[in-house]
Amino acid sequence: MRTSKNISPILEIRDLKKSFGDKDVLNGFNLKLFEGENLVVMGKSGSGKSVMVKCLVGLIQADSGIIRIKEQDIEVLGRAELDLLRTHIGFLFQGSALYDSMTVRENLEFPLRRHKKQLKMEEDTESLVLEALKNVGLEHTLDSMPSELSGGMQRRVALARALILKPEIILYDEPTTGLDPITSKEIIQLMRNIQETYNTSSLIITHDVDCARVISNRMILLVDGINYAEGSFEELAKSQDPKVQAFFKT
Amino acid sequence: MTGSSNRIGAFFEEAGELVLFTGRFFAEVFKPPFEFKELLRQCYQMGNRSFLLVGVTGFILGLVFTLQSRPTLMQFGAESWMPSMVSISIVREIGPVIIALICAGKIGSGIGAELGSMRVTEQIDAMEVSGTNPFKYLVVTRIVATTLMIPLLVILGDSIALLGSAIIENLKGEVSFLLYFNQVFDALKFSDLIPATIKTFFFGFAIGLVGCYKGYNCSKGTVGVGEASNEAVVYTSMLLFVIDFIAVFVADIYYG
Repeated sequence: MRTSKNISPILEIRDLKKSFGDKDVLNGFNLKLFEGENLVVMGKSGSGKSVMVKCLVGLIQADSGIIRIKEQDIEVLGRAELDLLRTHIGFLFQGSALYDSMTVRENLEFPLRRHKKQLKMEEDTESLVLEALKNVGLEHTLDSMPSELSGGMQRRVALARALILKPEIILYDEPTTGLDPITSKEIIQLMRNIQETYNTSSLIITHDVDCARVISNRMILLVDGINYAEGSFEELAKSQDPKVQAFFKT
Repeated sequence: MTGSSNRIGAFFEEAGELVLFTGRFFAEVFKPPFEFKELLRQCYQMGNRSFLLVGVTGFILGLVFTLQSRPTLMQFGAESWMPSMVSISIVREIGPVIIALICAGKIGSGIGAELGSMRVTEQIDAMEVSGTNPFKYLVVTRIVATTLMIPLLVILGDSIALLGSAIIENLKGEVSFLLYFNQVFDALKFSDLIPATIKTFFFGFAIGLVGCYKGYNCSKGTVGVGEASNEAVVYTSMLLFVIDFIAVFVADIYYG
């Protein structure tokens, strides 16, 4: 893992600002994610974590600021270039966001059918789907519909779908929200296994302290739309700042 | 007064957004990659799932229209005009409008609810971040599918309506099927068929467009999905009558 400041980051946000009407959500947020790193961004509900991560992949247009992924400024990319860049990013949505009219197999095949040739993936679709499902321990659900799966299983299938194109960066938006403690631990363990197996760089948006403790190499606390504090879990947990302490006391 | 002006403002704002949405459709529809597989799937779904409804509606329409018109025509001794009158009425006006309204209720609301639910559960966002253009995959395919399938469903509905009418004539007026359909084909001209068929393409386009617009821009969670579905039907129904008026007006200038 490389986290040194002199290596160029795989993902960088500089002075990101976004407001909705009168409400300023992000007020100059900065972030650098290095190769192989697990970076956790923690913040209260409504602090702008999800807005930030959606700006990153171009789902929301930022008001100002620079977003660079793999040394490409996403603001200047055309549709085709942005779509190609997105194939290098896996995204796990808070609510799983599985296509509910498709089976698990079709959900996983969907990105493959479009980008397999473009990404020069030589393995056949079936084996790639099975490999992704095996990674999350759900090979037996291949022909099930998402509605037939539990919340935890849906999250794992969504994780398999995020991994199917073997992305270099994975963005996790509240990966453990809405899950029971045991399933949460399973998801966190899966995230660690994935990072070890594929050496992905992960940006994890969460307010789950347990998740942050287990998975993070580095953390950023997002308060009032800015980076309020930054450091390892242990460093932040020891902080005497009441705003920082508020995260760890809960 | 303020409430009324707000509503008028909101109407024009929505109309403007719908125009932009239409513009985006035309910008994307001719641009590769083309989603043929999804288009075929949508055509099959819309045609197959509406087949029975359109058939039954058309059949009852033909039966009822003939039963209701018969006594009046008999009063004038004009029963022999029944096949001509029924066929022209159904093919030119009643068939396309009724079938399109039925399809607005079934297909338009279905599209609004499906896309709305995909929007609020972030499935559209998931498609976008996987490097697929959701507008092309979900919207363009559905609008093209309705534009192609509604004319076919209308032709089917008209044919079954004429069959229903022929059955009543056969039972009540002892008119053979051969004689009935001979009179129908004698009465119908290209000037009846062509404008009526052309306008059904516009009906199909309107059904797909409004359903997709409402669903794709859905917000406010599950309540928003219900609203999207409901508004898709209401707006489409209004739009169908506007299109019908314009089509009849233009056809009257051209053929009149």
